[in-house]
Amino acid sequence: MAFEYDISIDLFPEDPVALSPRAGREFASAVKEGRADARAEAEMAVKRLVSFVINGGRREDAVSDNLLLLDYLREVAGLTGTKRGCDGGECGACTVLVGDEPRLACLTLAASCEGRKIETIEALATHGRMSLLQRAFHEKLGAQCGYCTPGMIMAAEALLRRQGSPTEADIREALSGNICRCTGYVKIIESVQAAARGG
Amino acid sequence: MTFVKARCAGTATPLIDGVEKVTGRARFTADLPSREALVGRILRSPLAHGVIRAIDTARASALPGVRAVITGADCDVPYGVLPIAQNEYPLARERVRYVGEPIAAVAAVDEATAQAALDLISAVIDPLPAYFTAQNALADGATRLHENKQGNIERKVTQEFGDVEAGFKTADLVREAAYHYAEVTHAQMEPDCSLAEYDAERDRLTLHSTTQVPYYVHLMLAQCVKMDASRIRVVKPFVGGGFGHRTETLNFELIAGLLARAACGAVKLELSREETLLTHRGRPETDIRIRIGAKKTGELTAVDCEAIQRGGAYGGYGLVTILYSGALLHAIYRLPASRYHGLRVYANTPPCGAMRGHGSVDMRHAFESLLDELAEGLGLDAFALRRANLLEAPYRSINDLQVNSYGLGECLRRVEEASGWRERRGKLGRGRGLGLACSHYPSGAAKPVHWTGEPHAVVNLKLDFDGEVVALTGAADIGQGSSTLVAQVVADVLGLGIDRIRVVANDSAVTPKDNGSYSSRVSFMVGNAAIAAAQNLKKLLVEGAARKLEVSPADIECLGETYRVAGTDRMLAYQGAVAAALEDGGTIGVKGTYSTPPETQGGKFRGAAIGSSAAFSYAAQVVQVSVDEDTGAIRVEKVWVGHDCGFAINPLAVQGQVQGSVWMGMGQALSEETQYHEGRALRANLLDYRVPTIVESPPIEVHIVESLDPGGPLGAKEAGEGALAGFLPAFTNAVYDAVGLRLTELPASPDRVLEALQEKRRGERLKKAKAA
Repeated sequence: MAFEYDISIDLFPEDPVALSPRAGREFASAVKEGRADARAEAEMAVKRLVSFVINGGRREDAVSDNLLLLDYLREVAGLTGTKRGCDGGECGACTVLVGDEPRLACLTLAASCEGRKIETIEALATHGRMSLLQRAFHEKLGAQCGYCTPGMIMAAEALLRRQGSPTEADIREALSGNICRCTGYVKIIESVQAAARGG
Repeated sequence: MTFVKARCAGTATPLIDGVEKVTGRARFTADLPSREALVGRILRSPLAHGVIRAIDTARASALPGVRAVITGADCDVPYGVLPIAQNEYPLARERVRYVGEPIAAVAAVDEATAQAALDLISAVIDPLPAYFTAQNALADGATRLHENKQGNIERKVTQEFGDVEAGFKTADLVREAAYHYAEVTHAQMEPDCSLAEYDAERDRLTLHSTTQVPYYVHLMLAQCVKMDASRIRVVKPFVGGGFGHRTETLNFELIAGLLARAACGAVKLELSREETLLTHRGRPETDIRIRIGAKKTGELTAVDCEAIQRGGAYGGYGLVTILYSGALLHAIYRLPASRYHGLRVYANTPPCGAMRGHGSVDMRHAFESLLDELAEGLGLDAFALRRANLLEAPYRSINDLQVNSYGLGECLRRVEEASGWRERRGKLGRGRGLGLACSHYPSGAAKPVHWTGEPHAVVNLKLDFDGEVVALTGAADIGQGSSTLVAQVVADVLGLGIDRIRVVANDSAVTPKDNGSYSSRVSFMVGNAAIAAAQNLKKLLVEGAARKLEVSPADIECLGETYRVAGTDRMLAYQGAVAAALEDGGTIGVKGTYSTPPETQGGKFRGAAIGSSAAFSYAAQVVQVSVDEDTGAIRVEKVWVGHDCGFAINPLAVQGQVQGSVWMGMGQALSEETQYHEGRALRANLLDYRVPTIVESPPIEVHIVESLDPGGPLGAKEAGEGALAGFLPAFTNAVYDAVGLRLTELPASPDRVLEALQEKRRGERLKKAKAA
């Protein structure tokens, strides 16, 4: 017996794939209802002018209320050093600093950072010199494939700003939300310790 | 002028592309500029098994902003990594066989439109009976997933070497056990992504993709998109790990190519973490039954075992996996007789494939766990039992694997000493214990899956007026450091500093074909080819210098930055030698190749090529655990591992690779498992798929053992996989030492451990009551 399987029903209620940005879902339902102006309507999603200080420079952009900081950084600001490794808050690869605090850019709305100081991995090397953490991760092989590295370094940067000489337990705690699949974390801990000692 | 020849090989060398990684400048596929690209999205099957009656894409195609909608009707060519087992289509045709299988795809101007278009596609699918365990798929009367595979058996392997029954007869002790292993997956940090650009005016396709083997992607694209291979260019940008996920061409790469051509433009197809985990190709759920016999001295007399793997819905690497499981029983210890029955079974779950330690891991756990039981039964120490069975190179196993170097004895000695085994074992107090196990792995398959007769590896070197040596290689650096290794060995042969070398890798328009990064082949094969290329270049430089200095080439001494007439002070600086070498013919291009020696390519029986390798790495490890008997939680406190990598060309990278593999073994032992409910993945995210975090990850002390393989580049062998398999049995053996419990099911999640502990206590109580 054949049955009509209507894919348009949300088959994976808990499925992040189906959880498209709100505009997309509204658009889809409007299209199904046969509303010809659906596209224009979706595009009218609320945007507001938001200003940030990103990596030391001031920026002002019109961002929609549901734009994630991760998408803002990667697609609007062109800062692709910050990585997407999961479907939301699972892996830490997108860790950036918002006012010195580590934040997951994939769980942060860009608009909520109005007026804040945002720092990404691109901010750390200045005048052609890598920061102590960057140098340590490079020289001690704290980075293998390098995909978790920007988030890992930013989380470690936040730790070292709070606490100049962290214990191994402090390091483990501060990086507990950042998954690395290459190193087994051994050389990551060594890298952070080396940077804390001053290289 | 410097008179000291630089030594680049054997020196701890940070990755030559490491600066990009730590500064955020490294461009992974999703980071490539693609403002003009359309957004691709895939519609996936909600059913585990069914017949596709109709897919209606009319409403999606009519949606403004949609540029292409494709279904299985758009590609009627199957693909697959093994030329003899291609049974998968980029988009399902006629049938769907697992939840999450792609059935349609769209390319649209933006994400919202692409998502809306997916929602407008409707499909009529008749459900079929679906099977989620090997046992159910094998049951009498089960519907076949593939019409040509009776009983849903993808491959049945029966191999017997030596006289097994006689072996068991001569044994003083025989032990038997059964084990169960959950399915695990790679969970590499970078989700899958392809950027496909179709140039309609010239009919050319360029694909940037997250792959470990750009060559296979190139082959399969040509096949499925039906374009001449010469019109296709495949580029691998920075890749965020692989661990085997990317050793075969994956459906999304082909879908991206098909979409780009249908849309006549560029399409970026970025998979979510969930989609990446559903693409899978991980290590199959496996059941093993094993019986081993040994003499009082500890010498093994025979092994008899059986493995059943739930391979998932399609072939992929499946038959290689089931053959590896049997083949790699050998070439680690003396083993006079063996019997192996392997069964690879189709089921309605995402397809399995190659995963780090391919085919060897679960079987090695079973084998080494049973060795521990035999040792106890014979009153032997775990080290003594293994020492009773060590090989001596050169050695040919009874299944025709050739061992030319063997450092396992030294690995054992190093970890025995470092872990304080003699002094500390049995004295750590209740709930804490030490365990030992060994493992090994090939340094690349001696026969590649696409056997063309060509060399296994080719490296080209270019030298021009500027004096920079450009190494062109198709070896895929996915984080393991292969580009750094190529630069090191080339610099080493030429006596130059590593700064003189630039490595250009993985652009099919420029770099030579390479079989890619899998089965730990790169250090060995590409390393050898790079050395050969550098020797050819050195010869030209020496000849150039000889002409300039008007002596015979035999009189020239190459000191890297200086070419000197031996025993005199007449000399040319490197740049002078370069100019002299270029004088007649201009820009120099040389190449080096490597092929495995025929005697390492395995025996003559069916499936003999699998497992064969020009060299095997060896590892021994001691694991220390503590077990909380109230909660079932196990903590790994420390690991000592000795790894025989032949020669450590880059000791820093060897350490990193060994730590990473031991730790990945720990993930499988401790917490990782995929799980399905009626075929739907329950753990397709990085919270429920429990990769160990930094909090529960122990210190891993690496001892590098160098056995100098006669065929290896400077004596080197593989370092990236061999230590993985040993972790699992060393871990469960340590648990036994800690609390007297033999874990036969992994991962050792607290619920499983607690249940096993309660079962054990109940057994002990019953025994006591009976005695009373």
